[in-house]
Amino acid sequence: MPMPVYTLHINGETRTAEVPGGTSLLWVIREHLGLMGTKYGCGIAQCGACTLHVDGDPVRACVLSVEQASKGQKIVTIEGLSTDGRHPVQKAWIEAQAPQCGYCQSGQIMQAVALLQTTPHPTRDEIKRYMNGNLCRCGTYLRILEAIEIASGRMDTQSGSS
Amino acid sequence: MKPLQKPLARRQFLKTSGGVALFIGVSGILPQLWSCSDKRAVEKEVLKHRLTAWVQLTGDGRVIIYNPAAEMGQGSMTSLPVIFAEEMDADWDRVEVVFSPQVATIYGSDGWSTERKVMLSAGSRITSGYFNSMRKAGAQARYIMRHSAATHWDVPLSEVTTAPGRVLHPQSGRSLSFAQMVPLLQLPEALPEVADSDLKSPEDFRLIGKVVPRTDIPSKVDGSARFAIDLQLPGMRYAVLERGAMHGASPTLENREAILAMEGVLKVVLLEHAVGVLATRLEQALEAKKAMKISWAPSMANGFNSQDTFKEYEVMAGNPQAGRVLVETGNFKAAMGSAAKTYSADFLNDYVYHAQMEPLNAVVQVAEDLLSARVWVGSQQGFDEKLGVPQLLGIAPENVTIELQYLGGGFGRRSMTDFVTECAGMAREVPGTPVKLLWTREDDIRYGAFRPLSLQRLQACTDTHGKLTGFSHCIVGDGGNLVASGIRNEHYDIPNQFAEWREATHGIRLKHWRSVGHGPNKFAIECMIDEIAAGEGRDPVDFRRQLMAISPRALATLEKAAEMARWGGAVPDGRARGVAFLERSGTLSTGICEISVDRASGLIRVHRFWNALDAGIVVQPDNVKAQMEGGILMGISSVLKEQVTIEGGKVQQSNFNDYPILRMQEVPESVETALIASGEPPQGVGESGTPLVAGAIANAFFSLTGKRLRHLPFTPARVLEALKS
Ligand code: FES
Ligand code: FES
Repeated sequence: MPMPVYTLHINGETRTAEVPGGTSLLWVIREHLGLMGTKYGCGIAQCGACTLHVDGDPVRACVLSVEQASKGQKIVTIEGLSTDGRHPVQKAWIEAQAPQCGYCQSGQIMQAVALLQTTPHPTRDEIKRYMNGNLCRCGTYLRILEAIEIASGRMDTQSGSS
Repeated sequence: MKPLQKPLARRQFLKTSGGVALFIGVSGILPQLWSCSDKRAVEKEVLKHRLTAWVQLTGDGRVIIYNPAAEMGQGSMTSLPVIFAEEMDADWDRVEVVFSPQVATIYGSDGWSTERKVMLSAGSRITSGYFNSMRKAGAQARYIMRHSAATHWDVPLSEVTTAPGRVLHPQSGRSLSFAQMVPLLQLPEALPEVADSDLKSPEDFRLIGKVVPRTDIPSKVDGSARFAIDLQLPGMRYAVLERGAMHGASPTLENREAILAMEGVLKVVLLEHAVGVLATRLEQALEAKKAMKISWAPSMANGFNSQDTFKEYEVMAGNPQAGRVLVETGNFKAAMGSAAKTYSADFLNDYVYHAQMEPLNAVVQVAEDLLSARVWVGSQQGFDEKLGVPQLLGIAPENVTIELQYLGGGFGRRSMTDFVTECAGMAREVPGTPVKLLWTREDDIRYGAFRPLSLQRLQACTDTHGKLTGFSHCIVGDGGNLVASGIRNEHYDIPNQFAEWREATHGIRLKHWRSVGHGPNKFAIECMIDEIAAGEGRDPVDFRRQLMAISPRALATLEKAAEMARWGGAVPDGRARGVAFLERSGTLSTGICEISVDRASGLIRVHRFWNALDAGIVVQPDNVKAQMEGGILMGISSVLKEQVTIEGGKVQQSNFNDYPILRMQEVPESVETALIASGEPPQGVGESGTPLVAGAIANAFFSLTGKRLRHLPFTPARVLEALKS
C-alpha cells in the first residue's frame, strides 16, 4: 500500500517524507529525516524536549501531525538555529555552563530563543512562566535562567541576528 | 621515583600522520608507544594490557584522552581528563576527550572491588575511584616527554622541565611543543614508578580546582551530542514492547495474527514479561503495540496496594523480634532504661521514579552467524561490563562490543540492563539487522524500578543534662541495601546506637535512585535530631554543633552553612528555615533552606537553599556546584511532588501529567554552594544534594508552623492534614 508523501520546509530546505498520515512530526524529523537534535521525552506535550519553531512559534513536535506541519510553514530545529552553534542564546548557554546530561537542552534553547524574539528583555517571572513547559530532570533551571538573562543583556547589540 | 624491576626495551618511534598512542598501565611492560597509522594494531595492543590510561598525541599537537566513565551530566568527560592533563602538563586547549572502549580489565577502576577492575558510573564514585590512577598516569606521560627531550637535546633529565603543552630546557632556552615531540618520543630503558612525592603539589595545580569549561557542553547546545536514542544505522528496524502495568506479570497475546498483518510489522516476539513487536518503522511498531490485546497472568505484585501497606509495616515495626541488625554500638536499651526523656516517631516514604529525560533505549546488531553482537547504549556500565548480552545470546563476552553513548540522565536507572537485554533479544530475531528498542515514557514509568517505599521507626533518649545518649532506627521495607544506605550516624556523638532492617517483599521492581537509601534515611534522622533539639529547648544548629564535636570536618560544613544563611538572623515574614546534615560517598554536607507555606492550598515553596560541603580535593568546582544545584532541585522535586502509587498490583502513573516533576516556576530564587578547602582525596558529590532536602524542608516547616511532616512526599493534601493536626 503506497504511503502519502509530505513536503516539509525545514531549516531552509525542502524535504519529503513518506509516512502514514497522522504520524507525529517528531518521528518524521527524527527517524525519517535524521534531525536528531529534537528529542522525545513524553509524547504528550508535557516536557518540551521536542520543541521546535513553526513559523517562529515554539511548538511541541510530538503532538503535531505531519499533515499539520506540511502546509508550507517554515520549521526550524536546533540544527537550523545557527550554522556553527554560535547563536547568541547558544553562546550564553555555554557561558552559563547550563547543560548537564544535555537531553532537554535543545528544547530549552528553542523555547528561550522564541521568548527573546518576542520579548528581548523579559523579567525573571516572565522567563519562568515562558519556560515552565520545559522539564529538566538534571535540575539545570537556575543556569538556564542565567543563560537567558545573559542572552537578553546582549539583545540590543544582537537584535536582528536571531 | 624508583625504577621498576623490569627494564624496558628501548624503542624508537617513527613520525606518522596519526601521531602516537601512549599506553600507560600497571604492568612492567607498560607504558608503550604505538604509531597511530594502524588503528587496528593500536586497538589490538590496547586489549592485551592492563592500562590506566590511553592517550593519543597527534602531530598537530592534540592530546586525545580516552575517558573510561559514562557521561550522564555529572561531568566525567571533563573531570578525569583534567586530572590526567594536570599531571602531564598538557595544554588544556589542545585536549580532546573521547569514550574509551568498554573493557573493564583495561579501563576499569580498582575502586569497586579488590579482586578485579570494574567500569561502573554510580554511587558518585568516578572522580574518587580514578583520581590516583589518572594522576599517576599523567605523571608518567610527563616523564616520557621529559625523557625524550633530554635524550634529543643530550642534556641531563633533571634539567628538563615542562610548561603547558611544552618541554623546556631553561639553561639553554630551548623548548619544543608536545606536537614537535611526537617524532622524537621514546621510552626510557627503565620507567620509574611514580611516588606520591613526584606528583604536583596542590598549590601548583592549574587545572584541578580551577574553572575548566566542560568538554561536552558545546555539543549539547547545538543538538549534535549523540545519545543512543539518536542512533541511525543503515537498514535499522524498530522494536517496542508492551509490558503491562503489573511488574512480573506474564502475557498471552490474543490477537497475534492481526498484529502480524499490520503494516510494517516484521515479527511478534513473546517474552516472559512482555510482548515485543519488530517493525520497519517506529510509528508502525508503536501502532502495533497499541493494537495488542493481551491477557496477563498475575504476578506476585497482584493485589498489592502501596498506600495500605504502611499499616502492615507499622505492625512489623512493633514486633519485639529485631530484624537484621545493621548498627550496634554501646547499649541502646540500657540507655533508654536510664533516660531522662525519650522520643519516638515514624517516618514514611512512597515509591519514587527516576524520570531521566531520555527514555530507556538501546540499539543492538546481532551478527548473521549469531556469534557476535554490537551494542550502542547509554549505560552507567556495571559489574557485568557487557551488560548481560553475552549470557542472553549464549556467546563469549569478547564477542560483544559495547559502544557507549551519552546518557540522557542516569540517576541509577541506567545501571540496570533490562533494556539492553530486551533489545538484544529482539535483535536476535533478525540477525544482521540493527534494531533500535525504544521505551515510551509510559513504559518507562509503568515498568520503572523505583526507590522503595519504607517506614522508619526512630527512637531516641537524652540524659538529665539534655545529652543525646541513645538512638535507634528500624527500617521496614523491601530492597536490602536500597533501604539501608545512609543509616549510620558517624559524625554525631551518640554513644548508644542501634539500627536494623525488617524485610517486606511485594514483587515491585526496585533500584538505586540518586543517593539510594540516604533520601528516606537522612530525612528520618535529621527530622528526629530536630525533634530532640526542640524537645530539649535547643536551637537545631546549636544542638548539632554539640553533636559534631567529634567530627571537625562535619562541623565546618555546619558552621559554614549557618554563616551563609545568617542562621539566627532575621527571616522574611511568613518564612522559616530548617537545617539538615549528611555524609554521602565520603562527602560531608550541611544544607539550610528557607520556605513558606500557602495555608489555604497546602503548597510549600522553597525560596532559598544554602549548602556547604567538604568533598576533599575538588577537581571541577563549578561542576560540583552544578551537581549540588541539580541534586537539590531533584530533591525538592521528589520531596514536594513525586509519588508512584500501586493499586491492585498496578502502577497508577504513566507520564509527566500524573507523575509531575519540578518545573521552572517552582525553583527557588537561589541555591548557593560553598566548597570547603581540603587537601584530602576527592569524594563523590553527585548524590550529596538530593538527600539534604527532605529534612531541611520538614524542619523549616516545623519552625514555621509547629507541625511535623513525616510522610514523603509533602503533597498539598498531606501538608493541609499536618496543619490541621
Ligand atoms: S516529547 Fe513533546 S513535549 Fe515531551
Ligand atoms: S540537562 Fe539533563 S534533563 Fe536537562
